Amino acid sequence: MSEPRSAPPKKHWSWRSQAFRALVYQVLAVAVIALTALYLAHNTATNMAARGIQSGWDFLGGSAGFDIGESIIAFDSSEPYWRAFLVGMSNTLRVAVLGIVLTTILGTLIGVGRFSRNALVRGLCICYVEFFRNMPVLLQLLMWYLLFTEVLPVSTEAWQLGPFFLSKGGLNFPIPVWATGQVMAAWGLVVGLVLAWFYRGHAQRRFEATGQARSTVLAPLALALACSVLGWALGGAPTALDRPVQGEFAIENGGALTPEFMALLLGLTVYTAAFVAEVVRGGIQSVALGQSEAASALGLNRAQTMRLVMLPQALRVIIPPMTNQFLNLTKNSSLAVAIGYPDVVSIANTAINQTGRSVECIAIIMLVYLSTSLFTSVLMNWYNARAAITER
Amino acid sequence: MTSSTFQSIAPRPAPVRTRGLLAWCRLNLFNGWATTLGTVLVGAVLLATLPRLFQWAIIDAVWVADYTVCHASSGACWGVVREKFRFILFGRYPFDEHWRALICTVMLLALIVVSCIRACWKAWLIPLWVVVLAAYLTLMRGGVFGLTPVGTDLWSGLPLTLLLATVSMGLAFPIALMIALGRRSGMPAIRSLCTVYVELIRGVPLISVLFMASYMAPLLMPQGFSLDVLIRVLAGITLFAAAYMAEVIRGGLQAMPKGQTEAAATLGLSYWQTQRLIVLPQALAMVVPGIMNNFISTFKDTSLVAIVSLYELTGAMGMAMNADADWRPFRIEGYLFIAVIYFGFCFSMSRYSNWIEKQVNKSKLR
Repeated sequence: MSEPRSAPPKKHWSWRSQAFRALVYQVLAVAVIALTALYLAHNTATNMAARGIQSGWDFLGGSAGFDIGESIIAFDSSEPYWRAFLVGMSNTLRVAVLGIVLTTILGTLIGVGRFSRNALVRGLCICYVEFFRNMPVLLQLLMWYLLFTEVLPVSTEAWQLGPFFLSKGGLNFPIPVWATGQVMAAWGLVVGLVLAWFYRGHAQRRFEATGQARSTVLAPLALALACSVLGWALGGAPTALDRPVQGEFAIENGGALTPEFMALLLGLTVYTAAFVAEVVRGGIQSVALGQSEAASALGLNRAQTMRLVMLPQALRVIIPPMTNQFLNLTKNSSLAVAIGYPDVVSIANTAINQTGRSVECIAIIMLVYLSTSLFTSVLMNWYNARAAITER
Repeated sequence: MTSSTFQSIAPRPAPVRTRGLLAWCRLNLFNGWATTLGTVLVGAVLLATLPRLFQWAIIDAVWVADYTVCHASSGACWGVVREKFRFILFGRYPFDEHWRALICTVMLLALIVVSCIRACWKAWLIPLWVVVLAAYLTLMRGGVFGLTPVGTDLWSGLPLTLLLATVSMGLAFPIALMIALGRRSGMPAIRSLCTVYVELIRGVPLISVLFMASYMAPLLMPQGFSLDVLIRVLAGITLFAAAYMAEVIRGGLQAMPKGQTEAAATLGLSYWQTQRLIVLPQALAMVVPGIMNNFISTFKDTSLVAIVSLYELTGAMGMAMNADADWRPFRIEGYLFIAVIYFGFCFSMSRYSNWIEKQVNKSKLR
């Protein structure tokens, strides 16, 4: 028997060593990237110096000099740029949050509608998805905007439905006059939510201890609403509404939505809902058929099967692609620049044209969207972790 | 004995018909009260809207290219398409040279169709692409063979849309492949570089990348050197699409069982041999639908370059309409016209994706 050979001595600095090769490749890659970045930065600096372009963030303090069509924060043209960017950001978030809520509702309805026993509903849902999915969202936004600004009547001949007015000037609707009652109602809602939270915990514990199922959705919801109504009643039950009225040139008073906002919201919602519908359909289809059969064997009815067996399992498949759709909607809201809704991109675009600080303004746009994306991802990952199967 | 009085059981009713038009209607439209209610409601909505739409789009529509007739009519004005279709399709390209743009469009379309046919998936397809793209660029640019030179700033309409879409898809694919492999690499520096790239690009909207290509890229170039805006925008779309495609490909790579690479290593294959011969063929087949989806969204995304003043189909349409006050009121018909073009492309791509999915999964069928 031959002596067992010992392993050959490790050659550390040899090209034949995988670890050494990997190290060289990585050093090379990092060096190339770093050198390119340095080169580009150098070019930028020379170009800026040659063209007399100033850089830096000092322009944010200067007066903006332009008005913004709509904002939730009060703004006028003498205020500084950073306030303008803040207004743009709030407008972006407003349309994104509303759009996400609406698109989830619409998309889920259409996705579930494709399983309907009614052929008309099924066909309608298929047509909707294929129609809206296969056209660029920019084109759809432009068409909605055109509908709102060309087809609707001028504001002196607005279409009226009760206290609602619809015209080229946008949608006007009544808003409650702010009074103590509303403040009390808001506080009531907060108290109600806290109570509902405790009730849910109690119901859960009772269920685990005794097996008696209690409502964990409807009862807490009713509790929260009841507290809110109670607060409103205690505050004197104000019912005064600020109603829009037909003025001489325009519609006055009340709340208003501009055509730009409506076109953007509608366009994004309708477009993204087609994708959400596909996500929901895929999720429901992914649940094995045996699950619903087993559920009916246990004696659960159709609604219970859906709520307790199918949906929780479908949700796991649905959440990650749904997150992507939410992010897409938020990013697509940047197309507002094409129809003149003052979101953060339009504000940045104006700022670039006025100050020439393109690097800084583009950095602001990217920062805003990156942080929004990151925040949404973190939130949805947290929800996803909650909905995930707990394995061994 | 029993005096049995024979009592026959009542005959069972004949089975309900399940075939034929009437049976289908009963099963799918009037199956229970909820389904019937749905049918009535949806039917009522359809009856209220469809005839009106038909009236507007077909019966009352004006087909002649005369805006005075259009203004007088209450229906759609398809005459606008007849009047403006050359400006919508070819945009700012010089009117007398439209034939060149037309030839380029037809050439590129024909090549795309040829590339989709399975019998043509041969090695000669790649040199053919190079030749056709070179011919496209030469014919569009002019300046040789006695053709009038046409600057890239005048390229617009459908030929530009097709160019942007095909070239960015073609270039994005190899980049995406490398990035996807990089994200799965064992080298931490390469992996983190690829991860940062993908997450950064996926976190920002395409429009900010296009703004960079349009406003910032000239500053990044060395002095005295300027890159054509078309190339800058093309690079922007390519880099953007590559990040999304890389994620799709990575999904396929992740789904590969580890045994495959281990078996390849046992056979003595190198890293690149393993990827090329074992991993990628299987992984890419798995993600064909995802890649096709990427292609469709890149095609739709080309419409965004209108915002940085490159007049592809959407931009050319806007320009053709806004320039002419007489036809301006009929922009909606113009938009519908290009919507049909986009829909045609995207819908056929998604149908094709279904077909190709079946083709690559043939080995899994039993």
